[in-house]
Amino acid sequence: MKITVAEALIKALEYEGVEVMFGHPGGAILPAYDPLYDSKIRHILARHEQGAGHMAEGYAQATGRVGVAIATSGPGATNLITSLANAYMDSVPIVAITGQVPTGAIGNDAFQEAHTWGISMPATKHNYLVTDPTDIPDVIHEAFHLAGTGRPGPVLVDLPKDILNSEIEWRDPTGKIDLPGYKPNFKGHPLQIRAAVDLILAAERPVLYVGGGVVAAGAHGELLELAEKANLPVTTTLMARGAFPDTHPLSLGMPGMHGLYAAITAMQKSDLLIAIGARFDDRVTGDPAAFAPHAKVIHADIDPSEIGKVRTADVPIVGDAKIVLEQLNSKLDRTLDGAAAPDRAGWLETIRGWQTDKTVSYTQDPAGPIKPQFVVEELYRITGGDAIVVAGVGQHQMWASQLWKYTRPRRWINSGGLGTMGYAIPAAIGAKYGMPDELVYAIDGDGCFQMTMQELTTASTEGIPVKIAVLNNNNLGMVRQWQRLFYNERFSGSELTNHTPDYVKLAEAMGCVGLRAEHPSEVAPVIEKSLTINDRPVVVEFKVDPDEMVFPMVPAGGSNDNVVMSVEDLR
Amino acid sequence: MTVHVLSVLVEDKPGVLARVASMFARRGFNIHSLAVGPAAEPGNSLMTVVVDAAEIEQVVKQLRKLINTIKITELNPDESVERELMLVRVSADASKRGELLDSAAVFKAKAVDVGTTSITFEMSGSPAKVNDFLELVRPYGLIDVVKSGWIALSRDSKSRNLRAIG
Repeated sequence: MKITVAEALIKALEYEGVEVMFGHPGGAILPAYDPLYDSKIRHILARHEQGAGHMAEGYAQATGRVGVAIATSGPGATNLITSLANAYMDSVPIVAITGQVPTGAIGNDAFQEAHTWGISMPATKHNYLVTDPTDIPDVIHEAFHLAGTGRPGPVLVDLPKDILNSEIEWRDPTGKIDLPGYKPNFKGHPLQIRAAVDLILAAERPVLYVGGGVVAAGAHGELLELAEKANLPVTTTLMARGAFPDTHPLSLGMPGMHGLYAAITAMQKSDLLIAIGARFDDRVTGDPAAFAPHAKVIHADIDPSEIGKVRTADVPIVGDAKIVLEQLNSKLDRTLDGAAAPDRAGWLETIRGWQTDKTVSYTQDPAGPIKPQFVVEELYRITGGDAIVVAGVGQHQMWASQLWKYTRPRRWINSGGLGTMGYAIPAAIGAKYGMPDELVYAIDGDGCFQMTMQELTTASTEGIPVKIAVLNNNNLGMVRQWQRLFYNERFSGSELTNHTPDYVKLAEAMGCVGLRAEHPSEVAPVIEKSLTINDRPVVVEFKVDPDEMVFPMVPAGGSNDNVVMSVEDLR
Repeated sequence: MTVHVLSVLVEDKPGVLARVASMFARRGFNIHSLAVGPAAEPGNSLMTVVVDAAEIEQVVKQLRKLINTIKITELNPDESVERELMLVRVSADASKRGELLDSAAVFKAKAVDVGTTSITFEMSGSPAKVNDFLELVRPYGLIDVVKSGWIALSRDSKSRNLRAIG
C-alpha cells in the first residue's frame, strides 16, 4: 500500500518508540502534522521553536531517551538552532524534524526558506536533507541511531514539502545501519586499562574527574564501585552532578570557576587526574597552562577528539564510560588479588581540611532581604532533595548546583557548555513530561525566566505541572557580579525593572498559580504551598538580594590556584 | 609552514565537501589545498587535503568525527606520490617567446595557448617542481595562474594509517 512520506515519517517515529514530540507547525511541515493528528504520538505545542527544542532536551536528559522536536522551514528551523547548539555542546540526544520549501523552490529565496541544512551543520552531530522519498524510513532510523549512540548529540532531518507529499511503498527500516564511517569504540584498549590501573595504584593524590559522559552512559554504579574500591575522591562537573552522590565521604562536589574550594584545590594538588567522560572545559580548568600542574592524566572518553584536545593524556582510553569503568574495576580486582588498595588516608585528610575550612557561606539576616542561597537551601530542605532540579544559566544555576546535594544521576538538568539563558522553563516541561511522577522544580533567574516565559502557557494548557522558583533580583545577576568585580560597578545594561513583570499576575494570566515571597519568613510557607498544588504549574517568585554574589570564584582565564572565596579576597 | 598531506576517504554524499570545509573553518584549521574526486570504490570519494598545522592530531580526529568520513591516512612525502597541475599565462611578446619555450622544455611544461602577447603553459609534477617553474616564469609577468591543488597517493602499501587512537 502506498502512503505519503509524511505518513511514513510518523510511522518511522512510532517505529522508533517515540511517545512525544515538542513542536510548532507551519506551512512547509503541515503535511507531517496531518498524520500526526491520528498518531498515538503526543504533540506538545510549544510557543516558540527554541522552547520546543529545549523541551526535547529536558525530556532526553531526564529519561535518557532520544527527545524529538519538530518545526517548520525558515524561522521555525532557525529558532531551533539554539537548542541544537545547546544539545551539541552538552551531548544531549535529540532528533529535530524540520519542514523545508519544495525541492524545486530550494535556492530561490522562497517564502520561509532558510538553508537549514547548512545553518544547522556546525550545530549538529549530523544532519540530513531528504531528497529521495524512499529514503525516509532508513534516514529516521539512522538519525535515532546517531543521536543516541556513541557520544550522544542532536541530529536534524530537513524534509522538503514536496517530498513529504510524495508517495512511497512503506517498508520497515532495514535495521541495517549503513554508516561505514561511524563506528564508536566502546571497549577500552586492554593495555591502556592496565596502564591506568598501574597509575591509579601508584598515585598518592588521585582525583576522579567525572563529566557528563558518565551520566550519558549510565555508569554511576561502576563509578561508585571504582571510587570505593580504590579510595578515590570524586569531583562531578556541572554536567555530571548526581553521577556520584554528594553525600558520599569521597565526594568533592563541583569543580571549576564556581566550584567548591576542595574540588578545585584537590585537582590543583593532584598527582593523577582520572577523567571519565569529561572534556577539560575552560570553566573547569581555568588557565589550562596552570591547571593541575603536577597531575598525570588518564582520560577516558567515547569521543577520541576530546582526548588531547586541551590536555595531553598520559593514558588515553577511547571507550564508553560504563564499559571502561567496568574494565578498570575488574582489572583493579585482578591486580590487587585480595590485597588492599592504598587507603590514601593522608590525602583524604587534607581534602577534609579544605572542606571544613573553605565552605560556601552566606548569612541570612532574619529581617531580610531574602538571600538567594537561602531559597535554594530551603527548597532542598523542604523537598528532602527529592526532585528533578532544572536550571537556566547564571548565578541561580551556580547556587542550585553548589547548595543542593545530588545523589542520583538525571536529577540535575541545566545548560552547561553553551550557557543558554532561558533553558529552565522549557527543559523542565520536557523533563516533567518524561518523568510525570517526579517533582520537577526549576530554579530560575528573572533574566532567564523572561527569555522563555511564554512556555508557561504550554505547561498549563498541555497539563504539565512543573514548578518554577524565580530568584528575582531585578538584575542579570551574573553580569552584575562581573560588572561589580571587574568593571568598576558600572552596571551597563544589566538592570531589569523592579516590578515589571508582576510574576504572580503573569503566572495567573498564563494559567499557572503565582506565589510570592518578599521576606525570609515567607520562603518556607510558599515552598510548602507550591508543593500542595499539583494540577497546574506553579511559579514562585522570591524577591532576593541583588547584591549577593557567587563564591568561590576563579576569575575568567585565571589560575585555579587563586580561588576567590569572598569579595574581600579581591580587595 | 608545516604541511601535512591527508588522504581522506569519504562517502560520496551530497554536501560532504561542505562538511569538511565547515569543520576546518569552525575549528580554525588552515587548508592549504583540497582536491576531491571519485574513489576506486563506487560510492566513495577520495580527498587530498593539505593542511598547514604544527600539530595534526586534532585535525585528524575532528575529520574522523564527521559521520561521512571512512578513513584518513597521513601521507609521508617519502612514501607517497604527490602531484599538482598548473595552468599559467605569462606575458610574452615575440622577443621573449623563444626564451620562455626553452625554459618550459626543461620543466616539461607544455605551451597550450600562444597569443600575440602571452603564452599559456600547462605544467604538472610534484608541487615543488610546479612551484619552481612558476617562480621561473614570474619575472616575465604573470597574467593568470590556476592550480589544481595537491593530489597524492601512498606508494605501494606503505601508508601510515592515522585512525582514531586508543
